[in-house]
Amino acid sequence: MFVEFGYGVLVVSLIVTLYSGITAFLGVRKKSTSLIESARRAQLLSFPLISISSLTLIFLLVNNHFEVTFVYEVTSLSMPTYLKITAWWGGQAGSMLFWSWLLASFTSLVTLRKWDRDIEFLPWVIVVSAITLAFFLFMIIFFENPFSRYWLVSGNVVESMFKPTTTATIFTPENGRGLNPLLRHPGMIIHPPMLYLGFVSFVIPYAFAIAALITGRTDDRWTRITRRWTLWAWLFLSFGLVLGGRWAYDVLGWGGYWGWDPVEIAAFMPWLTGTAFLHSVMIQEKRGMLKQWNMVLIILTYALVIFGTFLTRSGVLSSVHAFANSPIGPYFMGFVSATFIASIALLIWRWPLLRSETEMKSILSREALFLLNNLIFISILVVCFWGVIYPLVSELVTGFKVTVGPPYYERATAPLFSALLFLMAIAPFSAWGHSTMQTLGKALWKSILASFVLTVSLFFVYSTNLYALTGFFLISLVIFATLQEFYRGALARQKTKNENFFSALSNLMRRNRRRYGGYIIHISMALMAIGILGIELFQQETQGTVAQGESLNIGEYRVEYRELASWDVRSDGVNYTRAVVDVYENGIYLGQLYPRIDYFFDAEQTMTIPGQRSTFRDDLYILLVDWKSVSNSGATFKIYVNPLVNWLWIGSLVFLVGIIFAAWPDKEMEPVRVKSSAKQTSAAD
Amino acid sequence: MKNYASRITHHLLRIAHYALLLTILFTAISFQFAYAQEDTPTDDEVNEVASQLYCPVCENRPLDTCPTQACHQWRELIRTQLAQGMTEEEIKQYFVDNYGDRVLAEPPRTGLNWLVYILPPAIILLAAILALQKFSGMDKAAENRINYKRDKKRSFIRIY
Repeated sequence: MFVEFGYGVLVVSLIVTLYSGITAFLGVRKKSTSLIESARRAQLLSFPLISISSLTLIFLLVNNHFEVTFVYEVTSLSMPTYLKITAWWGGQAGSMLFWSWLLASFTSLVTLRKWDRDIEFLPWVIVVSAITLAFFLFMIIFFENPFSRYWLVSGNVVESMFKPTTTATIFTPENGRGLNPLLRHPGMIIHPPMLYLGFVSFVIPYAFAIAALITGRTDDRWTRITRRWTLWAWLFLSFGLVLGGRWAYDVLGWGGYWGWDPVEIAAFMPWLTGTAFLHSVMIQEKRGMLKQWNMVLIILTYALVIFGTFLTRSGVLSSVHAFANSPIGPYFMGFVSATFIASIALLIWRWPLLRSETEMKSILSREALFLLNNLIFISILVVCFWGVIYPLVSELVTGFKVTVGPPYYERATAPLFSALLFLMAIAPFSAWGHSTMQTLGKALWKSILASFVLTVSLFFVYSTNLYALTGFFLISLVIFATLQEFYRGALARQKTKNENFFSALSNLMRRNRRRYGGYIIHISMALMAIGILGIELFQQETQGTVAQGESLNIGEYRVEYRELASWDVRSDGVNYTRAVVDVYENGIYLGQLYPRIDYFFDAEQTMTIPGQRSTFRDDLYILLVDWKSVSNSGATFKIYVNPLVNWLWIGSLVFLVGIIFAAWPDKEMEPVRVKSSAKQTSAAD
Repeated sequence: MKNYASRITHHLLRIAHYALLLTILFTAISFQFAYAQEDTPTDDEVNEVASQLYCPVCENRPLDTCPTQACHQWRELIRTQLAQGMTEEEIKQYFVDNYGDRVLAEPPRTGLNWLVYILPPAIILLAAILALQKFSGMDKAAENRINYKRDKKRSFIRIY
């Protein structure tokens, strides 16, 4: 009964969504307020409907309804309740429902919040959102149905939503297969929702952009309305990527956080265009430029969001993430192509209206440097996109698949990321409109000198590697220059407002949240770059089989194998095999680490959990690779020393602080007279 | 005295003889040990090669970190091949011959695969050229504006 109910509600959701989209379209065409209002109400109804369907699925998951295919595939009796709930997005069909639920909730938020203010755009926002939502609901209902069941037909088990024959009976397996063990990690429980939140949030600015194109509003209204949406979308997507990296580091057992896997890149690509958009949209707001470019970026971001979902969900690129193959691929490809072509057609139609209001005057002006920053982001996107799709092209043309792995990406993107770091350091010092080498040099010389001194010091005490030194110079330049910018701003305010330095700094930051939040993010990026540089250039690894009491040496560390134990925890459905090793650094005992391998009975799969010792300087990362089960006397360990990698995680936390600071809502402005309003606008700028 | 001296010499010779025997034996054992060590490449030597190869069956997983039984066997195969004196390139070629180009971390630079290496830099270069043109145009425009203002000022001075 619950199954039919959940599915039925889903079908009703699709009908309601289609109705809202069509009615909104007709309402605008016929200028009918009642039709538009009806569309809005239908849209608002889609959210509770999809919520009811989702709750029904959660009920089935929690109560072990293994006759439901999805429940059988992602849960088992031994899984705790919280994991059964998170299994909602742990499989293909459920995650698509989760995607739809998020989109319905975001669109409802938009239509609920400022309906009267944004009435010009919102009917079109409903249309765009309804098209996207209807597509996803269609896919769920007809191809990836989470309510589909097992039936026993003449002794065979078949999968179907409804009774396939009159004699068929429901087949209920005794236990489910259980969630993929890799997805039971806390990082992985949060990582997918974060990515989905980021993906889906970007639909909203896209919908407003399309609304602006259709209505011919070529000013920056749509960007101002969606500014905060974009920031939050970017926050979720960024945090999802970072969490994914941390998850990979903790459970995938290869000593790294980013493997240039196609599915990682699928999530990274919309981040690249989203980041470029966040920068270039400022130029539109401040200078009235790059309107066409901003449209291109948001259209690309939306297309890449759907393309990313297609890559992860269609199974077209099998990888560690792509845990399912399904028949939805061609539909997804068709949808991405259709929406992309339609969006570009709209853009071409409105192209003349989107011309810049002013011209760039100087190559070193802030807008020119922002444009350069955008070109670099797009260059990285080109590298990533081509790297991801080339294996498919090769397979299509030659019939043979090839691997495009880390060497390709690292070689191509390293100079581009370095250029981005350089721009990150100098752009805040360039002025809008016009800047010269002289003015930039005058503003930056102290930071350049400090970075140079630091780099020379590192040459003597840390490394003589030229790449590392170049990287450290750029990183320190970003940090010093950004701190100098904070100092400069606070000092100026201290003088004009007669405040003490810290009040001046605090007030300055609060009054320019986006700008100073952005600077905090720049610092966080530099900190992350330290971690990336450390692990990329200085990582050490060794592997060996040792008997009890014997040691493996790596760098300044000695790892001595003490003992190994293996035991079952039936309630968890897991067998744990845990080694105990003593760690010494330059002969000094540091403590014990416990690398282990967990074997999950239901999924018949193992998970390697490293023993880690983390410091600011490096991570000692020990994996238990194998052991001699008869005597327990010998074990094989793989050991990594990952220098500076913790700066990556520290940077991630600073990043989070920065983006929350930037996206934090300001107090609602009181209605003010025109004169005061103009004054406030210029202050905010 | 003479007997005593010859006895000492005899003892010394015997000691030298045993010392020589021991040295030979020790050297032989050392050689044997070293030989055995050379015969069995270490995990690190195996991983050095395996890290340049991708698992032929599980997608996007370097062979050195792949936990499956099949990959374990392939690593053992690399160990055997190294012990037989095969070079890194020969081992990589063996895997390519048996499992295709997909085992390499990057497509080989042949035929269609050149597109991987040429297309992105070509697009980036094109974008850079377009950007440079825009920027140089920008400078010229700025220069023209300055010249225009200067000429206007001069003509103003000439008139008055």
